[in-house]
Amino acid sequence: MRLGPSKRRVPGASARWLLGRLGGLLLVVWGAATAGFLALTLIPGDPVDVMLGVQAQVSEQVKAQIRADWGLDDPPLARYLQYLGRLATGDLGESYQLRQSVSSVIGEQLPATLQLTLLAVAFALSLAAIATLAARGRRSTRIVSLVELTAVSSPTFWTGLVLIAVFVFQLGWFPIAETGSLRALVLPALTLALPVAGIISQVLRQGLDAASAQPFATTAIARGLGGRRLLMRHTLRHAAADSVTLVGYLVGTLIGGAVLVETVFARPGLGRVTLRAIIDRDLPVVLGIILLAAVTFALLNLAVDVLYRWIDPRLRTGSAAT
Amino acid sequence: MTVTLGRTRLRPPRAGLAGAIAASAFLLVLVVAAAAPALFTSADPIQTQVLQALRAPSIEHPFGTDQTGRDVFARVVYGARYSLAIGVLATTIAMTAGLLVGTLAGLAPRLVDSAISRVIEVLMSFPEFLLALLVIAILGPGPVSLVIAISLASVPVYARVARVQTFTVRSSGYVRAAVILGVPKWRSVLRHVVPNTVGPLLVMATIGFGTAIASAAGLSFLGLGAQPPTPEWGLILSEGRNFLGTAWWIAVFPGLVVTVTVISASVLGRYLRARGEGRAA
Repeated sequence: MRLGPSKRRVPGASARWLLGRLGGLLLVVWGAATAGFLALTLIPGDPVDVMLGVQAQVSEQVKAQIRADWGLDDPPLARYLQYLGRLATGDLGESYQLRQSVSSVIGEQLPATLQLTLLAVAFALSLAAIATLAARGRRSTRIVSLVELTAVSSPTFWTGLVLIAVFVFQLGWFPIAETGSLRALVLPALTLALPVAGIISQVLRQGLDAASAQPFATTAIARGLGGRRLLMRHTLRHAAADSVTLVGYLVGTLIGGAVLVETVFARPGLGRVTLRAIIDRDLPVVLGIILLAAVTFALLNLAVDVLYRWIDPRLRTGSAAT
Repeated sequence: MTVTLGRTRLRPPRAGLAGAIAASAFLLVLVVAAAAPALFTSADPIQTQVLQALRAPSIEHPFGTDQTGRDVFARVVYGARYSLAIGVLATTIAMTAGLLVGTLAGLAPRLVDSAISRVIEVLMSFPEFLLALLVIAILGPGPVSLVIAISLASVPVYARVARVQTFTVRSSGYVRAAVILGVPKWRSVLRHVVPNTVGPLLVMATIGFGTAIASAAGLSFLGLGAQPPTPEWGLILSEGRNFLGTAWWIAVFPGLVVTVTVISASVLGRYLRARGEGRAA
């Protein structure tokens, strides 16, 4: 039996919605690329000097030759169109300093960072689940929320150093630097995971609280459903829908955090390359990585919205279309 | 296992008061340390004393000494000025810019609004920390670019809230009534829209202040902000990095202060938000 206005599905609504979202995604990527190009053009200083290094003694002739080779003398509009054209084919340009294409720089460094972030996500989800299960009753909830607050507020570069001081130097449980081994990955991933776990469990708990105050929860209890089944079948599903929107925040934290965590633990990866490129002002590399981050972010957000509509059927009906 | 039925409503006003007071007290101590660091310590934060190098924490040196014999406590106390200044500046700039852009978008014709919204959307598709890094890549490292980078990175968030808030207030009954009664548009904006937007933004800024300090410390830790021998929290941490095995205190204490600052800012911000919501309800 269904009360209230009938919610008939509007045929094609989902398809049109998806198309609109894909268009929006393209817009974001184009905006990011344009902003990046503007930054690259507006930056003070001659890229040739960056390529050659400060001490290089090179005649103006050679510099002019390099400029011509890299197309730096063309009018900005022509360069912009060329840049967009190259981007469309997946070409991110050439590093000023590494004498290597940006895509291959990213390709080389991506696996290490991916390993780190994936393990961090796994840690974060497990920790958040533990925290949610541990927060039962008034006192334990207070303790858990205090732990969450600390986890969220501690800067990753500090947490990392404290973990190293305790587990590497005092207890000797983990190696200092041993790239490739899974043991060396544990502490960095944990460092990256802690603030994320704190946020997820905060939002999940708020969602659970809100869901258990809803009439459907009362009805379920009246029907005789007990704690765990109520949690699994009703309230958790409700709360999960809320925490799914966190994914965007999560990606941002993980990418930004990777720069700090890789520096703290002296690990190779995209974060380290980004930092190096910023210090050397190797802008094509910086831009390539930032563009990659923006695209990843936009794609994941789209995936989240699709998932959200799947979890929450109310959004699929034409009446609730936004 | 207990099941609470529908009465899990939060009662904010009194609940967080003790925490809010403790948080304010800590932030007040920081302000005093920034204004008059000599009140807290007689040690010099910059002068090196090699004979005193790497001493463990003691009564004489509460946070120990670093590799050149400087008192870590003195460096942390003197560092308050730098971090606080950057935090306050960056947050104020971000909030003001966000308020301007957001209110403008909320009041402007639809075309302008959607243009501004798209720009906000694009900026928000960059992770905040990465956006700050990009700004520093363009401007070069240093305190000024640090402030610009941190404030620019958080403008979109403020602008978005200001825009939504402007919409809500603008379409509320009393503003419509004022417009119908012949109050000029700019006046209703100044008297009604802006004051109603500032409140939520100030709450956000309280929390954002802590985040700004943590980001500044993070960027300085990476070598992109304050330069040695400035006693800046992130910088002290990065100097202590190489002595974790022998002298953990150099890195641990400044980070602890950063963490407590961030916690205080969010406890205070959440308390203010809970109070604001209580009043609105």
